[in-house]
Amino acid sequence: MKKAEIVMTLMMAAFSAYLMWKSAELSVGWVEDEGPGGGAWPFWLSAIMFGTSVWSLIRCVRGASLPSQSDEPFMDDFALRSFLQVAVPLGIALALIHVVGIYFSIPLFMIYYMRFLGKHKWPLTLAVSISTPVVTFFFFDIALRIVLPKGYTEPMFYPLYDIFL
Amino acid sequence: MELLGNLADGFFIAFEPLNLGLMIVGVIVGLFIGAMPGLGSVNGVAILLPMTFLVPPTSAIIFLAAIYYGAMYGGAISSIMLGIPGASTAVATTFDGRPLALKGEADKALIGAAMASFVGGTISIILFTLFAPPLAKWALAFGDHELFALMMMAFATFVGLSGDDIPKTLFSICIGLVLSSVGLDIMSGEPRLVFFDIIGFMHGINFLVLAIGVYGIGEMLWTIETTRGEPAMSKAKVSVERVVSNLKEISNTWVTALMASFVGFFVGILPAAGATPGSLMSYGFAKTYSKTPEEFGKGKIDGVVAPEAANNAASTGAMLPMLTLGIPGSPTTAILLGGMVIWGLVPGPMLFIEQEEFVWGLIASLYAANLFAAVINIGFIPMFLWMLKMPFSILAPIIFVLCIIGGFAPTQSMHDVWLMYGFGVVAFLMRKLDYPLAPAVLAIVLGPLAEPSLRQSLLISNGDITSFFTRPISGTFMAFAIFLLALPIIKAVRARSANKGSASA
Repeated sequence: MKKAEIVMTLMMAAFSAYLMWKSAELSVGWVEDEGPGGGAWPFWLSAIMFGTSVWSLIRCVRGASLPSQSDEPFMDDFALRSFLQVAVPLGIALALIHVVGIYFSIPLFMIYYMRFLGKHKWPLTLAVSISTPVVTFFFFDIALRIVLPKGYTEPMFYPLYDIFL
Repeated sequence: MELLGNLADGFFIAFEPLNLGLMIVGVIVGLFIGAMPGLGSVNGVAILLPMTFLVPPTSAIIFLAAIYYGAMYGGAISSIMLGIPGASTAVATTFDGRPLALKGEADKALIGAAMASFVGGTISIILFTLFAPPLAKWALAFGDHELFALMMMAFATFVGLSGDDIPKTLFSICIGLVLSSVGLDIMSGEPRLVFFDIIGFMHGINFLVLAIGVYGIGEMLWTIETTRGEPAMSKAKVSVERVVSNLKEISNTWVTALMASFVGFFVGILPAAGATPGSLMSYGFAKTYSKTPEEFGKGKIDGVVAPEAANNAASTGAMLPMLTLGIPGSPTTAILLGGMVIWGLVPGPMLFIEQEEFVWGLIASLYAANLFAAVINIGFIPMFLWMLKMPFSILAPIIFVLCIIGGFAPTQSMHDVWLMYGFGVVAFLMRKLDYPLAPAVLAIVLGPLAEPSLRQSLLISNGDITSFFTRPISGTFMAFAIFLLALPIIKAVRARSANKGSASA
């Protein structure tokens, strides 16, 4: 835990420094007749972030923070496995949205999750993973007119648009 | 009298068929969300907010408020039946709710929780109705100085009262504020913090992207890791005779319920406190003032009544500053406030003048939603017990899908969906390291209001920072804020001197 906290505080300190540098693209000081410049607010807040990250780091090294007192690993085998089994496929599903669109990516993700992680039977898996996108389509694409991304499968939806829109 | 007139108008709005229907659906959805371990009102409201674009703002907030309410009732169900809190707000309910269930008196605990929630809800809404209009009227006089000082005070409550790691709390507040400033600088119109010149950052970071990332994706990852293995469920016997005898016993706890409602309401107003500490405090009070404190923790009905009355009261309390001042009293109300901005409403005291229908419709709907939640909760106990058996591995993918769509819908860009995914993963890792995340969500909602108010007031006073302290109202807020910021130091010094005292004695 302690190592993970040190890494996290260092990363956050670096991120804060980057934010400070990025905010400084706009004026961070006082602009005559305009008040504080456009970069001032994020700049000084990032400066506080940097300060608190260093503060957290010191507390961690001295063993004053809760995670630094814990002997448990940041991620044990179970945690790491369940994290990777969920977060990575979710990322893949997002990437697939760009290619095959949300209505093919989502069922694939749900089938993976329910069949292979949840060990549910095929009929249940298929029922849920097919009905969810159907409901979604009618709610968002039809009722709300929020057209969800379809990637290269867009032409397949033209007949549906013709009927419902 | 004007108050009653307004309230009557509100009831007409709340009972329009669309609103009434949404209210009932919202209560049921809320009960379900609250009952599922790992999901609470804040998750439900964050994930479902994009669905409300279909209906007008008044109906949308009635729906979301009903979810908020329902979730407070629902949280008790899994606390009692599974022994794990359905939401963090129902932690205290497990203390006595679980022992009652193990004794075979789950039905008593469930009905007690529902009745207490009803009492807590009703009392707090009455308090809300009485306090809100004068508070809004008073807040009308606020200028930029006062507004900014008020927000400082709201953030300071996190440092002073939440009990979380202090540097990490400050970090969380600041990162929320910085993220809210991405995009175009509202005053000069220049783009800023457009990371790597990615065009998606030009329209800023929608608060929903962070809220769904933290409370959808992050929370799911967290729940998957923490609930290892399926918990065992208790059995509940339900019959008319038992209900009648239970109601008699529960009605004896009215003093507890009343006390907890007041505690909950006033604790709920504070941004950092809210329903979880409110319910824990009420549990503590109930135990302290009980004639038989030794029975607490072993299955005493008062121990269920106190936290449940308090968490419902706190959720109404949290709405008071949200509606009257534009400062949310809890993460859930922060998301409601952000929703109001999306719907084109300006939060703050002017709502009571410009959007009377919206405000009074919402207030009246709270009375109604509270009643529906109690009736539906008690009437459908068997159904909720059946739903609790739903495996998490079916619920989780559905929630992930709702998150993806919810991240996409407000701005309709995949950029935001990726950002939400990133926030979710980082939020999960940060939460493991004891970073509080509620302050960041509150900050990203308040950021777009805090920055202009600071810059305007500095401009008005010509860069003179002392003007925040010399104006009477703003000065009072600032003094409170500084007191809250100093509170942990005062506590630490006291603890140290107490240690020394005991060592020398």
